Amino acid sequence: MKILVPVKRVVDYNVKVRVKSDGSGIETAGVKMSMNPFDEIAVEEAVRLKEKGVATEIVAVSMGVTQCSETIRTALAMGADRGILVESDVELQPLAVAKLLKVIADKEQPKLIILGKQAIDDDMSATGQMLAAFLGWPQGTFASKVLIEGDKITVTREVDGGLETVELSLPAIVTTDLRLNEPRYASLPNIMKARKKPIENLKPADLGVDPAPRLTVLKVNEPPKRQAGKKVASVAELVDKLRNEAKVI
Amino acid sequence: MTSLVLLEHDANGIKQPSRSAVAAATKLGEVHVLIAGSNIAEAAAKAAKLPGVAKVIVADAPEYDHVMAEPISALIVALAPNYTHLLAATTAVGKNVMPRVAAFLDAQPISDIAEVVDADTFVRPIYAGNGMATVKSSDKVKVITVRAASFDPVPAEGGSAATEPAPAVDLPKNSKFISAELSKSERPELTAARVVISGGRGMQNGDNFKLIEPIADKLGAAVGASRAAVDAGFVPNDYQVGQTGKIVAPELYVAVGISGAIQHLAGMKDSKVIVAINKDEEAPIFQVADYGLVQDLFTALPELDKELGSS
Ligand SMILES: Cc1cc2nc3c(=O)[nH]c(=O)nc-3n(C[C@H](O)[C@H](O)[C@H](O)COP(=O)(O)OP(=O)(O)OC[C@H]3O[C@@H](n4cnc5c(N)ncnc54)[C@H](O)[C@@H]3O)c2cc1C
Ligand SMILES: Nc1ncnc2c1ncn2[C@@H]1O[C@H](COP(=O)(O)O)[C@@H](O)[C@H]1O
Repeated sequence: MKILVPVKRVVDYNVKVRVKSDGSGIETAGVKMSMNPFDEIAVEEAVRLKEKGVATEIVAVSMGVTQCSETIRTALAMGADRGILVESDVELQPLAVAKLLKVIADKEQPKLIILGKQAIDDDMSATGQMLAAFLGWPQGTFASKVLIEGDKITVTREVDGGLETVELSLPAIVTTDLRLNEPRYASLPNIMKARKKPIENLKPADLGVDPAPRLTVLKVNEPPKRQAGKKVASVAELVDKLRNEAKVI
Repeated sequence: MTSLVLLEHDANGIKQPSRSAVAAATKLGEVHVLIAGSNIAEAAAKAAKLPGVAKVIVADAPEYDHVMAEPISALIVALAPNYTHLLAATTAVGKNVMPRVAAFLDAQPISDIAEVVDADTFVRPIYAGNGMATVKSSDKVKVITVRAASFDPVPAEGGSAATEPAPAVDLPKNSKFISAELSKSERPELTAARVVISGGRGMQNGDNFKLIEPIADKLGAAVGASRAAVDAGFVPNDYQVGQTGKIVAPELYVAVGISGAIQHLAGMKDSKVIVAINKDEEAPIFQVADYGLVQDLFTALPELDKELGSS
């Protein structure tokens, strides 16, 4: 069984991002970039399924600027077998990414596609669900556990009230939540090996998809800043302030 | 312009985040709502009482139980031609369903809006709320999830809408609900509570959350947690507050043994009053706290319980 894993290159989660002073977006020049943390979890899950003998091949796909190939290399070093880079200078929104992935899935015929539940830059949480719609596949979003048996996959999902378990027919889409697994670090020998693994290079036009964004960003503002308040010396003072100053208890 | 809002309901009626989604929709014109599941006459009657709602579409069928994305998105897509905007709250259900709907309609979803500027233009947080993006959609139909913490919910009563049954739709059969393991709690829901008390890694284990409970009881608070506390298994996953957990904006948020990582702040920094209890005076949480108490939580929590009890 083949697994497709879309991996996004995003600003590293440790970076304290800044809004550009002209309000045109977020400052990304010279900022550390990494694989979206949820996508690391997706790659890890695919690699574990391969180690268990459930999966036979893992294809990592990344879309965006040329440097997305580095994100693919990270996936290859973790254990993916080959990569597909879809290079585009226009900003790719989830609708375009999902359409591109649909064409790739039609060609590659994977049984399972594992995506992150959310990209930590745009915070859309949309691509996996959209891809499922385009393919007409069922979706197990926000997964904290997956189990494949025959042509079914059982997915335990993190929902608002706790956990929910669903059974989906394969092929299916899974999106990862934080508790699905703990991703491995790539070992040095595996990083070396990854350099020899193939990456195919495509453009949106090769896949017959118009990638034009449907959402125009008019401006990006800084959120209202909170002022640090005061320190209180004791629990008694805290309770007094909450009662008589803030009047919230 | 007419909007359709997907409602979520439970034994207590229409969930508060859904009422916030209705509030957002009323800024866009006429509002219809969709309520789905089996034996939902009572919930439908409650939906009809929401102020500002003109019509309730009732999809009473067992296929809609548990609001699985595959059937419910097929139904919403069938209803879509009558609407300019399709909305749901940014909940596990809304996030699961609405992007699927959007794809079927060739629309780019507008996730987690915090403000309605006009019919095409919305403000939404990006980068864990470190930026607020004003975005304009060029799609014919807008598919939206609504950040409940940013819109005051419409009241539960006051309206009187007409109800009508949903059309029969061919539903996919590729997914099946197996079971739910829901955390039982007598406390208010995190996203609806007036007071939230969250514990972090500093709590050391799940048992120590018992120190928070009597305080939560006295304040009528919901209990939340940082990711670290959830990952360590102290509390269930649905306690997580943050960028990738729940977004809360209560009157009072108390962070206990939480350092204040950006991902956590993203979920609570719009709270009205923030209190931090942390033994490290350098902890970043103090930069957003209105009241900071530098103290060991194992002495502070019992003291706080006593102080509140002696009122
Ligand atoms: C993709 C991604 C998504 C994430 N999403 C979220 C999210 O949604 N929500 C979230 O919370 N985090 C999230 N995180 C994790 C986040 O980056 C932090 O790791 C996490 O919030 C830290 O939790 P914490 O503050 O409890 O733990 P720590 O950072 O370890 O802080 C513990 C604090 O407790 C204090 N403490 C210890 N002992 C005591 C004591 N006895 N008395 C008083 N104080 C004490 C310490 O001084 C310290 O400040 C995410 C991370 C990633 C990569
Ligand atoms: N440009 C991209 N390249 C590869 N994968 C992507 C891209 N954008 C989104 N994804 C995938 O879709 C998931 C959800 O992203 P989003 O819908 O933007 O929150 C990510 O975790 C990735 O798995």
